[in-house]
Amino acid sequence: MIFLVVFVLLVYVLVKFRARATDSPHEPAQVYGSTQIELAWTVIPILIVVVLFLATTRVIRAIQDAPRPENVVEVIAIGHQFWWEFRYPALGIVTANELHIPVSDPASPTPTHLKLLSADTDHSFWVPQLAGKTDLIPNRVNTMWMDPHRTGIFLGQCAQYCGTQHAKMLLQVRVDSRGDFEAWANAQKQPAKNDETVSAGRRVFETTACINCHSVAGTAATGRFGPDLTHMMSRRTIAAGAAENTPENLGMWIQDPDMIKPGSLMPAMKLSDSDLEALVRYLETLR
Amino acid sequence: MSEATFPIAQAPDAWKLPYRGKVAMACLIIAESAIFTIFVVAYLYYAGRSLSGPTPREVLETPIFYTICLLSSSLTIHFAEKFLVRGGRGVFLGLWFLTILLGGLFLFGTGWEWHRLIYEHGLTISTNLFGTTYYSLVGLHAFHVTVGLIMLSIVFLFGLAGRVGSEQSARVEVLSMYWHFVDAVWVVVFTVVYILGR
Amino acid sequence: MSSDAMAIRTAEIEGRPWVETLHDWITTVDHKRLGILYILFSLVFLVIGGLEAAIMRIQLMHPHNDFVPPQVFNRMFTMHGTTMIFFVAMPIVFGFANYLVPLMIGARDMAFPRLNAFSFWLTAFSGILLYFSFLGGSGLYGAGNAPDVGWWAYAPLTSRAFSPGHSSDYWTIAVLVSGFGSIGTATNIIATIFSMRCPGMTLGRMPLMAWLSLVMAGLVLITITPLSAAQIMLLVDRYLGGHFFDTQAGGSAALWMHFFWIFGHPEVYILVIPAFGIASEIIPVFSRKPIFGYPIMVAATVCIGFISMSVWAHHMFTIGMSSTANTFFVLTTMAISVPTGIKIFNWLGTMWGGKIQFKTPMLFCIAFLFQFLIAGLTGIMLGSAPFNWQLNGSYFVVAHFHYVIVGAILFCIFGGFYYWFPKATGRMLDERLGKLHFWLFVIGFHLTFDPMHIPGLLGMPRRIYTYEPGRGWDSWNVIVTIGTFIQGIATLVFVANLILSYFKGPKAGSDPWDAWTLEWSVSSPPPAYNFAVIPSVASRRPLWDRKHPEDPDSRYE
Repeated sequence: MIFLVVFVLLVYVLVKFRARATDSPHEPAQVYGSTQIELAWTVIPILIVVVLFLATTRVIRAIQDAPRPENVVEVIAIGHQFWWEFRYPALGIVTANELHIPVSDPASPTPTHLKLLSADTDHSFWVPQLAGKTDLIPNRVNTMWMDPHRTGIFLGQCAQYCGTQHAKMLLQVRVDSRGDFEAWANAQKQPAKNDETVSAGRRVFETTACINCHSVAGTAATGRFGPDLTHMMSRRTIAAGAAENTPENLGMWIQDPDMIKPGSLMPAMKLSDSDLEALVRYLETLR
Repeated sequence: MSEATFPIAQAPDAWKLPYRGKVAMACLIIAESAIFTIFVVAYLYYAGRSLSGPTPREVLETPIFYTICLLSSSLTIHFAEKFLVRGGRGVFLGLWFLTILLGGLFLFGTGWEWHRLIYEHGLTISTNLFGTTYYSLVGLHAFHVTVGLIMLSIVFLFGLAGRVGSEQSARVEVLSMYWHFVDAVWVVVFTVVYILGR
Repeated sequence: MSSDAMAIRTAEIEGRPWVETLHDWITTVDHKRLGILYILFSLVFLVIGGLEAAIMRIQLMHPHNDFVPPQVFNRMFTMHGTTMIFFVAMPIVFGFANYLVPLMIGARDMAFPRLNAFSFWLTAFSGILLYFSFLGGSGLYGAGNAPDVGWWAYAPLTSRAFSPGHSSDYWTIAVLVSGFGSIGTATNIIATIFSMRCPGMTLGRMPLMAWLSLVMAGLVLITITPLSAAQIMLLVDRYLGGHFFDTQAGGSAALWMHFFWIFGHPEVYILVIPAFGIASEIIPVFSRKPIFGYPIMVAATVCIGFISMSVWAHHMFTIGMSSTANTFFVLTTMAISVPTGIKIFNWLGTMWGGKIQFKTPMLFCIAFLFQFLIAGLTGIMLGSAPFNWQLNGSYFVVAHFHYVIVGAILFCIFGGFYYWFPKATGRMLDERLGKLHFWLFVIGFHLTFDPMHIPGLLGMPRRIYTYEPGRGWDSWNVIVTIGTFIQGIATLVFVANLILSYFKGPKAGSDPWDAWTLEWSVSSPPPAYNFAVIPSVASRRPLWDRKHPEDPDSRYE
């Protein structure tokens, strides 16, 4: 609106007061100013600003100082270079990169409350269709909430430059129906299945450097530097969305991460071909 | 195109503008004040937040004597300047030298304190937040004192060579503005570090 | 007299070996030459920064493009931002101020000519130092070369742990040293304006360009220094084991953000206020009327300067400050729109009732008005914290600030070139090439920065070297990239115009635009001493008084 008013004025002035060949050679009236006009175009903007400010304040309060309803799903999100760690303390779940939350019924809301932490540099949690962004800053606890009213998959990504692979620190939020969410949560709580047919791969996993960084519940792997892999096959992507979760991509990621996400902190494992094949087959059982 | 002067109603009376040296020194002081403000803010923000290591209360000793030295050097430089304007070169030189002495004593005191802190209490710039902010703030100030002392000494040497008289008093005044600034900063640093920060 | 002066100079110049001319320029302390050196330096870095932008835009044209790897892309946006702010925009406004302020206030040079030269060479050296990082940045670690931490260099990304090697140090030291150069120049401008005005030129009679240079210089003193302080702290962290921004030792990453933005926000006002000054000189002359409301223009600018020191955390709405803090910064950010809006209205008021001549300088200023208005409105949008929570860190912000820096500031600077090039060189810039430059640049600018808002609204963050297809961003990125090339061509037209006109342009005379301020009373180019006789003035438009003795301004002020 403001734009239209000023724009129209500008165009009008340009057209009406342009110098024409037929003009007299005298200079136009030399007007130095006008106190009334100045006052008018000071007071009116001040009023507009006051209105905008009050409207904004109301929204800020509504979002930041919203009272907490009772049935809240608590999630702790920890930003890493270049992946997301999600913990559900009340449910005993640890997962990565793909966040599942229940849909919220406006009549009896079950929003998701996120506590935002960082393990290294600054990050920012941004899923545009669900909420504004809030930063994850080391040595600082931030909080935000999301109250989705419809199910679906919502995409987002890190929105604060955090290093080389900031661009591929992607987010997927799956808003599930209540039933689906509980089914997912129950599955996630289980430790990893112990499948004897892939014990060779499991041995590779437990005897190489994998366990320094990764955890698989129910095994000797309790590393926390990299994502928890207990249910990694329940996720559609690997490397925080950088590639589809397929056996080929998994093999490539383990042998040469720079092919998928150059600059990520996953080291090239340099396994023999047979070890790699066994390992991938093992990982494929972690549903 | 001719360069005739412009039609004027009447010649403006004595067109007096401020001395550019003073304006420039005021600008420098404003800029430096901003730098010190940021270091003070960091100091105050981090007060009490060190995760480990010696705390101010445990290790700091209020440097009353050296503070008196520095602050009285403002008095001596003020009077030195006054004498110079009136042409009293000898007294000027004497008071100027006293200023340098007092400033030098202050620096010595700072060094003495740092020696004690480092070797008796193990507090260095990398020990904890207190160490970092303390040495940075006090060190920044000491650096400015040092630069000031160098400038004062140069003037003193010129004075000994007989080249500083009442004609140079405007420039000397500019330098003494800087010195007063350094003292004023110390008042702030002293308050922040030895009074508030404890 | 002017043609004699030029004839003497030409004779001098033709006979001299080029080494002597070069030596003269390197050792000069003449504000006009230093102004030109600043401007030439900026133009070189403008082209380099533009190349960095082009590389980024080519990489972003398609999702999953592999024109450059992520490490290179991250260096590109870091260097592009750092170069454009510190080695293009700041030197160019210092260059204009250096050239014009003494001429406009009737002085023969700046207050401290040697400090002037020293400040310029500090800036020049630091620009070269920053670019030396491409060669030397690896240090002993072999880890990266040019800095890649973004031009804000947020902690703790810049700590030793996350930025090994020396690339971050090149950023820190180059910008720190150029900051000292800026403080020197600002001090010089302030001292010149307070202490060297010609008789009769009260502060209330200075051209607005001089006034706004004064406000800009005052801001520089208290704005650049917080950044310098923070950079010293960063060096303490990186080299002396300090913990200023070491979150593992209890330090605060947010503290760097506060310090940076306490610098960063007023910095953009440092850049835009001289642009306002240029517009305030050009618009009156090409509307054939005095500026509407001179006192208010000064007061509004001073207000903007003050308020700008209080808005900084609107760059930090997403870091989790309390609702009270967020509300405060919303208030100050919206408040600053009032004096800014007043200035736009005053420019319109100047044009109202005038006889507008659509010469190239005026064309750029008209586009400035239009674009600055839009930039201000997207700024108000971003100033509303809830909007900001969505749009911060996205291409909406990138579009907004390029709208200000390119659409407002650079357009005014171009206008200033066309306006004062005749004064500095004695020749007019070609009007047809000027109009070609203008229209090409307008088209390229809008093709790039209008659509750029949309990917931001659709969720595209900034500082990403690639993106996923299917987010709705793809086609917009193609259009944005095409606009970049058109702007590049327009800039080449401009450079060609500068070079051709310097050698072959029509002679300008001392007052080609029929203007009213003191710089137009001396020859083009001015003699080394500016004024043979220091003028005395009785009004804001001394040349109007001289040309219209029957109706001088002094009667009305």
